[in-house]
Parts: sequence; structure tokens; C-alpha cells
Amino acid sequence: MSDVVLDVQNLCVEFPTRKGLLTAVDGISLQIQRGEILGMVGESGAGKSMTGMSILGLLEPPGRIAAGSIHLSGDRIDDLDDRAMQAVRGRRIGAIFQDPLTSLNPLFRVGDQLVETIRLHTDLDKPAARERARELMREVGIPAVEERIDSYPHQFSGGMRQRIVIALALCAEPELIVADEPTTALDVSIQAQITALLKRLCRERGTAVMLVTHDMGVIAETADRVAVMYAGRLAEIGAVDDVVRRPQHPYTKGLMGSIPSLRTDVEELQMIPGSMPRLNAIPPGCAFNPRCAHAGPRCREEVPRIARGDITGAACWLAQAGTTLTPGEAA
Amino acid sequence: MTLRNNAILEVDALERRFDVSAPWLNRLIERKPRKTLRAVDGVDFVIQRGQTLALVGESGCGKSTIAKLVTGLHSPSGGSIRFHGDRDRLQMIFQDPFASLNPRWRVARIIAEPLRTLSPDTPEAEVSARVDELLRTVGLAPADGLKFPHEFSGGQRQRISIARALAGDPEFLVCDEPTSALDVSVQAQVLNLMKRLQKKMDLTYLFISHDLSVVRHMADVIAVMYLGRIVEIQPTADLFANPLHPYTGLLLETIPNLEAPKRDRSPMVGEVPSPVSPPSGCSFHPRCPRAFDRCKTERPQRSAKVHNRRVACFAAEQGAPDVQ
Repeated sequence: MSDVVLDVQNLCVEFPTRKGLLTAVDGISLQIQRGEILGMVGESGAGKSMTGMSILGLLEPPGRIAAGSIHLSGDRIDDLDDRAMQAVRGRRIGAIFQDPLTSLNPLFRVGDQLVETIRLHTDLDKPAARERARELMREVGIPAVEERIDSYPHQFSGGMRQRIVIALALCAEPELIVADEPTTALDVSIQAQITALLKRLCRERGTAVMLVTHDMGVIAETADRVAVMYAGRLAEIGAVDDVVRRPQHPYTKGLMGSIPSLRTDVEELQMIPGSMPRLNAIPPGCAFNPRCAHAGPRCREEVPRIARGDITGAACWLAQAGTTLTPGEAA
Repeated sequence: MTLRNNAILEVDALERRFDVSAPWLNRLIERKPRKTLRAVDGVDFVIQRGQTLALVGESGCGKSTIAKLVTGLHSPSGGSIRFHGDRDRLQMIFQDPFASLNPRWRVARIIAEPLRTLSPDTPEAEVSARVDELLRTVGLAPADGLKFPHEFSGGQRQRISIARALAGDPEFLVCDEPTSALDVSVQAQVLNLMKRLQKKMDLTYLFISHDLSVVRHMADVIAVMYLGRIVEIQPTADLFANPLHPYTGLLLETIPNLEAPKRDRSPMVGEVPSPVSPPSGCSFHPRCPRAFDRCKTERPQRSAKVHNRRVACFAAEQGAPDVQ
């Protein structure tokens, strides 16, 4: 498995607070291969962004990685100091965030921002970097590059801004891109353009992508594999088609059932009763057990885990025991 | 027409313009003309009692402005809104459950506010009994009335917003993106609640959303908006089975589909133009694959005859002459 770009093992992220230690990410293990797009889904507070931020080395203090390891193409990156991490970030890992306006400096022309980033990460001289910036802008589909290269971020629409941010992330030809809700702030027709662009660029370059989003539809159309998070833990991981069509974990099942369909009519949407527990009140055993219709005694005591190294699996005692849960029963 | 007898809201040639000109001194020095933004540009629709009409469209298409016009938060620049009901019984649910509840008020006071305003003579005991009942209706406990909004999650806050809207015993609810700020599993809870309440209390909804799958689940009739105009209006099942306007077709193509992922689709080209300077003729023509010369010069007109199936498109008219 020499093609593994990102290898996260047993990652734990903690936040010490006055009320005690909060575990925002609890024992996540996952891998992303070259050219692969891994979707991370979950509700707000499930820990998906926190996982992305840990990989980027951008955890806000007092948050800290408490256990586990992160390897990028074989090099361990979770224990690097700020300086060394800065060299990795941007050059080897690109980042795309939700709001393109806050990712760009409003006081600088987009061309200059691209040139600065390119020169920071490569040894190109100014004219060559500017040429490279033009190329990148063309590649991400910005029309009339010659005119637009000297525009300021506010002169672009949201979709065009997000294209610039993607160009910035690609400047140094990174091995991995962490995209945190890259399309959430955009309209549907623009959203489709951006995901198609991201997909095409990563296929062409063999870049691995971690796509963090709450939108199952975007995942279904963009990602190769998907990891479902719940209360800081991995609930299920597997190929997109399997997870969407044949979810194993009762939470994933409930989640799929709660999405209004574009094809079939239902009088009532499936509901998962209750809500995700707060981080300071995660129940013992499986974090989902109070909301699960199938929970047994073991679910209330022991935390189910996806076996290490498994690329597909559900963190559910029942699913692991082979009990088939019919979709109607779910949650 | 028999359909129209039961109408609760009739909107006719509704217009709302906003002045977005530069300050007068700049206009004077730079010799710039006044600029107007036509946020709502000749919109008409009818909502039947007990039904849900949904307005869908991308940001800036004017759907929220219509919500504000209907609730009276904006006044129309032209056209008319006729509401055949009790104005006091028209309420609104807003998108952001974090911004629409007063953080310094306890939940019981928030919910009781419409009651106290609309019928100030209600005895205090009756008010608190009604608040308890409303909290139960939306799936919260009466004890929650003593808490502050920050103690609740997004979904629970939206339930509080619904309880507040229900306090005035409404017959008509304007819901502006009521679930857009919520996670899907919570969204399902809120949508189910809204559907149940509609049935139980015979409510009429004007439901505004950008999410076609949510709209498909909730609405009886869907109006698709583009740059301040309704480009197509059809009953829900018909719209999804047979979209008439090219924009609707492309929108349906574009939305991510969980059941049948289109992994190698070609997305809609271009972007929504600025409403300050919309394209001539049909405002969709620069992005439309079926546009021809007439679309660039002439604006497709709405037909006032049929109220639940209408399309403003020359290409669609040619393709299906029976539809207007």
C-alpha cells in the first residue's frame, strides 16, 4: 500500500475546559489513497471539521491532539512544531474552506495573492510565477484571465472566488487537499460546477482529497469512499454506493431515511428521535445507544469500534454480529 | 374557476424595486444615473386554503423579498397582494433560529408575545396554560419555558419559533427557509412537525426554500423563480415529472441525487446575472441551451388564465403549444 497519502491512526482530539476534558475526536482511523476522494459526513459537532483541522495542524488552542498519529505519504506530521508544519501546510496539504471571502485577503489583487503563494512554495521568479498564476486561473475556469488577474476578491462572485481559492490550494501541487464544506455557501448550480472542477483536477493530478461536508448528496456524487461521524467517533466507513444504499450502522440508516427523496413519496420522513449528545454528556458504550431502536445491553457498556485497518465497516455491535436491521426498523 | 374560490392569497403583478444608486454627490460628480434593483418583477400566484405553495430559486432571485412583501415587512412598488383572511392570523417562521429569538427573554415570554399583543386582555393563567400547550405541540416540555434560547439546539430553537408562530392561532404561515440552518436528521423532525400541524390545524403555507428535495416533500404547488420572476409554476408531481422551463430542467439535473448519483454530469454553465442589470429579453437566455433570437429581445409573458400551470418561455411554448 505505497499509494496511501494520508494515514490517520487512532486520532484523539481533546479540549480541556473548566468543566472537564471534552473529547471532540475519539479514536478515528482512516486512510486516503492517491487520487481518492474521501467524504466526511456528520451533523454539526460530530467532529468532522475537527478531524480536518487536526490534519492541517490548525487546531485552535486549547484543543490538542491527545493520542494517535497522522502520516502524510509516510512522514509523521502530527508531532511537528509550528514552523515545520507551516512548511507542510500549503506545500504538501492544500486547504479549501467554506467561505471564499474570508480565505482571500480583501486588500490584495487575486493575481498577487496567487503569485505570492506560488513563490512561497516554489523557486519560480516573479514573471514565471505570474505566468503560472494565469495558467492556474485558466485551469479552474475563470474567464478573461488577462483582465481578471488584477481584480480584487470583492469583484468576483461567490463561485468565482471559490475557484480562486481552489487555484490557491493547488499552487504547490499538494499531495492532499482538505476541503471543509467547499460548496456550502454556494448556490446549487454553482455548487455542481465547483464539485465537478475539484473532481477533475484531483483525478488529473492524483491528489488525494478529504471532502468534509454535511450534504450527503454532494458526497454521493463526488466521493469515492465516505466516513460517517457521530459524536466524535467514526460510525461507518466504506465505498460511497455501499454506505448510501446498504448502510450498516443504525445511525447511517436513520440519516439516509431522513433525507427527503427526489423520487419516492413518503407521508412522513424517517426520524431519529432525540439529538446528538453534547460532548460533555456522551453516554457510556455506543454513543448512539439512547437513540437506537436496537440497542442491547452490550451497546450500553462497551464502545464498538471499526477494526483497525478495515477500509469498510460499521462501529455497531449488532452490525458486526451480522444482525440484519431492516431499513423500516432503523432508529 | 372553482379552484380560485378557495384562494387565501392572491398575488397579482407584484413588483418591488430597491434604489441602489450611489449617493447623490457621487452621482453628480461621476454623472452616474440612478440604479434600481428589481427584486420582484411582476410575480403572480394564488395559494389555496390548506395548501402549500413553495417558492424555489437560487440566492438573489427574490423569494425572500416576496415573503417580506406578503407579511407586510416591505411594501410593494407595484401590483397587489390580496389576503382573504384575518391579517392577525398571518405569521412567519424565519430561517435563522439563532437570530430570530430574543436571547434575553425566557422561552415562555417569547412564545406568549403574540398572544399578549393580539389579545392583551387574556388572563395571565390562560396565557401560561396556552404556552404550555404550545410547547407540548411542538415536542418540547412545559418546563422548557423557563429556559433561555441559548440552552437549546438549532432544531429545538426552530420548534420554539414554530410555537411562537402558532401562538397567534394562525391560518397562514410564511416560512422562509425554515430548515436551511438545520442538520438533515433535525430537518426531518421539523418538516414532519410542520406537516402534522398543517393537517391538524388546516394551515396554509407559503414555503420558501432553495432545496428542491425539501420542497418536493412539502409543497402542493411549486413556483420556480429566476431573477425576480416566476419562470414556471406547476403542481409538484407534474413539475418533477415534466419540467417545462429549461431553467427548471437544468436545476433538476444539477441537484445532487442520492438515489441516482450523476457522477459524470455536466453542470449548468454560467452564473446568475446581477439583478441590477438583468439581460434583455428572457433573463435566462445567456445560460439557456434552448435560447433563440426571440429570447434575446422579447420578454416571455405570463399568462393570467391558468393559475397552477404556467411557464414563461418561448422555447417551451413552441415545444408544447397546449401549455401557456
